Amino acid sequence: MNLLGKLTWHAIPFDQPIALVTGLVVVLALGAILGWITVKGHWPYLWHEYITSTDHKRIGIMYIVLALVMLMRGFADAIMMRAQQTVAIGQSQGYLPPEHYDQIFSAHGTIMIFFMAMPFIIGLMNFVVPLQLGVRDVAFPTMNNVSFWLTASGALLINVSLVVGEFARTGWLAFPPLSEKAFSPGVGVDYYLVALQISGVGTLLTGVNFVTTILKIRAPGMSYLRMPVFCWTSLASNLLIIAAFPILTATLAMLMLDRYLGFHFFTNDGGGNSMLYMNLIWAWGHPEVYILVLPAFGTFSEVVSTFSGKPLFGYRSMVFATLAICIISFMVWLHHFFTMGAGADVNAIFGIASMVIAVPTGVKIFNWLFTMYGGRVRFTVPMHYALGFIVTFAIGGLTGVLLAIPPVDFVVHNSLFLVAHFHNVIIGAVVFGVMAGYTYWFPKAFGFTLDERIGKAVFWCWFIGFYLAFMPLYVLGLFGATRRMQHIPDASWEPWLIVAMIGALFVLAAIVLTVVQLIHSIKTRDQRRDITGDPWDGRTLEWLTLSPPPHYNFAVLPDVHGEEAYWTRKQTAIKLDRLIDEPDYKPIEMPINTPTGVICAFFASVCGFAVIWYIWWLAILGLIGAFAVFVWYAWRDEHEHVIPVEEVKANARERRRIRQEHLQSLSQSV
Amino acid sequence: MTTEAATIGLTHSGSEDTGLGDRGPQSKSIVVPYGFWLFVLSDMVLFSALFATYASLVHATDGGPTTNQLFDRNLVAIETMALLLSSFVCGLAMITAKRANMLWTQVWLVLTGVLGLVFLGIELHEFASMIAEGAPPQRSAFLSSFFTLVGCHGAHVTAGLMWLGTMMAQIWAKGFREDIVRRLLCFSIFWHALDIIWVAIFTIVYLIGTLP
Repeated sequence: MNLLGKLTWHAIPFDQPIALVTGLVVVLALGAILGWITVKGHWPYLWHEYITSTDHKRIGIMYIVLALVMLMRGFADAIMMRAQQTVAIGQSQGYLPPEHYDQIFSAHGTIMIFFMAMPFIIGLMNFVVPLQLGVRDVAFPTMNNVSFWLTASGALLINVSLVVGEFARTGWLAFPPLSEKAFSPGVGVDYYLVALQISGVGTLLTGVNFVTTILKIRAPGMSYLRMPVFCWTSLASNLLIIAAFPILTATLAMLMLDRYLGFHFFTNDGGGNSMLYMNLIWAWGHPEVYILVLPAFGTFSEVVSTFSGKPLFGYRSMVFATLAICIISFMVWLHHFFTMGAGADVNAIFGIASMVIAVPTGVKIFNWLFTMYGGRVRFTVPMHYALGFIVTFAIGGLTGVLLAIPPVDFVVHNSLFLVAHFHNVIIGAVVFGVMAGYTYWFPKAFGFTLDERIGKAVFWCWFIGFYLAFMPLYVLGLFGATRRMQHIPDASWEPWLIVAMIGALFVLAAIVLTVVQLIHSIKTRDQRRDITGDPWDGRTLEWLTLSPPPHYNFAVLPDVHGEEAYWTRKQTAIKLDRLIDEPDYKPIEMPINTPTGVICAFFASVCGFAVIWYIWWLAILGLIGAFAVFVWYAWRDEHEHVIPVEEVKANARERRRIRQEHLQSLSQSV
Repeated sequence: MTTEAATIGLTHSGSEDTGLGDRGPQSKSIVVPYGFWLFVLSDMVLFSALFATYASLVHATDGGPTTNQLFDRNLVAIETMALLLSSFVCGLAMITAKRANMLWTQVWLVLTGVLGLVFLGIELHEFASMIAEGAPPQRSAFLSSFFTLVGCHGAHVTAGLMWLGTMMAQIWAKGFREDIVRRLLCFSIFWHALDIIWVAIFTIVYLIGTLP
């Protein structure tokens, strides 16, 4: 018996210079970062303040760091594809052989959705939702930490495939029968399946955690219809996670059974049915789109309202639109494969349902526009993203309505038109949304704002880059260009592809400038300190506390009166020229740190790697380890530590002093 | 002045009750089972995907054995009784746990586990005999979906038994601490939920499958 299963030296791609060099660079960079942390002695700080933290703010920051790193990885794939399509025209075959090109587009989609967009959205929800609800943490703080580390474990496995073995060549949803053992015998699809199963568990736990938090843990007086819209969209998004992610788990598990044990769910033989996979995966996949986009809508609602200096127009219609989208998103999955041949009746029903979903979305667009109407709009960076979003998303929505017409879909199905459409909505809404949220909430997390000038440059690079990169793809799609082509047969498409390449370079500039902005802002942070904790003149409760907030967020849970809890309180204080009465401070109980999450994820990674390479003894060892951690954690006696009342009082008094000064400066300026 | 301040929230006189349970965060005894319920619901969604798969593949036998040739109603009846009784006994354990009666709680929990093992034993026996008869999951899409649906329930029962053992040890070592009783409540929710899923399997797989 082979102790290492299928794993041999052949797994390292010595014959593929591009993969090998990239892998080496990544390993060296990672080594350099870890070495730097070790030399500087940052490990104890990182261990106590981040890695083992149960603080929702710290976990949110870790999610966003993961997302930004994965954005770079996913974008590296993107620009390699664009470069290949720009040079591999006519006689030239380009620099990427087909088997490598196929891995790159599969990795790009998988990473961007599961390990960039999802962590970014979940990171923002983690950071913002408890603050906006006026509470101290999520319902299950330790589980929150476990969720993050399981997501990170999945991301790790995907990236290990770069240097050990290969990645799937099947596209980001691994459609059978191509993804079956008969046609993909290598470990690529197994990497895909195992990584998504592990991170999927993390995401599901996040869903449970946030629905419980939003429905059961809110500040006194925070009734449902007083919650900020970001909380509503987070609720809808997490309800969708609970309802949709188990379908993904089940579907991928069935594909694993096909591959590992020779079952016949989706195979060509034995009575299997690959269209069953399409139905199941899109029953998850379409809600997934809304899991990503709804919190982005929520972010824009907060941004537009704050920077227009007005309450959100049509708050209740916004809530209803959110929930309508939440429900209808489960009734449209078949529009991803109209060409299956389900017949005119079925296609018509799903086509109409897909168009209907444009109605609540339109409601939202008008609400944002009317919020700005008559407001005093401040053109900050987040507001740039909001405006860019409204224009771009409207175009993406319109091409979506086009694609919802089955006969049209038959023509442009699987073409670059489709690629352009979903990038139009995902970049236009999700990426712009998370970038707006990142800029908007950054001062709350770190106590200083990001540089505005570079921030605007980042926005314009994204905005111009998007249009240059994807508008040509609409045209090419109508010319008949299918997606995922390693070689372009028609030389007349070249000009369009060159324009798309230039667009990709603009996006590259945006990503580089994002890093520059971060470094520059850290270096010059003293010029942009957020002293008051309310840098944007905000309206929701996260701006009530200091920046960065204390571990426990609020010394006493705020009493909520009316829809805009913080705005009401702030205006009253200004009007009466005095702060709220000093409350009775009490000691605060907060959950203790725990290494459970990171140990759990370690065993999950080991077990996952072992399953991918058929190293069964190691897989069993990993499972036993995970169970042992579970029992060990359940055995704990201490759950919480108490923050003494003196400390709470000292912190709260400091905040009151700052706010008092601010209030005086306001009344003097009046 | 003060009344205005009070109505708009500059004092700590307490918030008005809007009648929707908005008096601040709920206690742990509500939050923990609520979160666990949500997890159980997500588990039901997982099973619903497997049920849908089974329903669409049940006739895809690829010339192999069909439902009528494989299932034995009598065996399944015993199996079902064992599982439902196990749930009932688990309910008794919950009652005695609330009264902090160590002996009877442990007795009922042992019985819960034994009945669960009986169920699992019968299921494994059924699987083994089907494989011996030339009906392994690799034979056809129908058998793949059957083994996966029923096996997934069996895997849940197995996980439940491991959880049960851990809970018994914990109650023994630490007594009826508030958080441990809460955990026991979550276990019983899980155990009853497996019954609900079994009733659906019993009906959709076995009863309909053995119709003449």
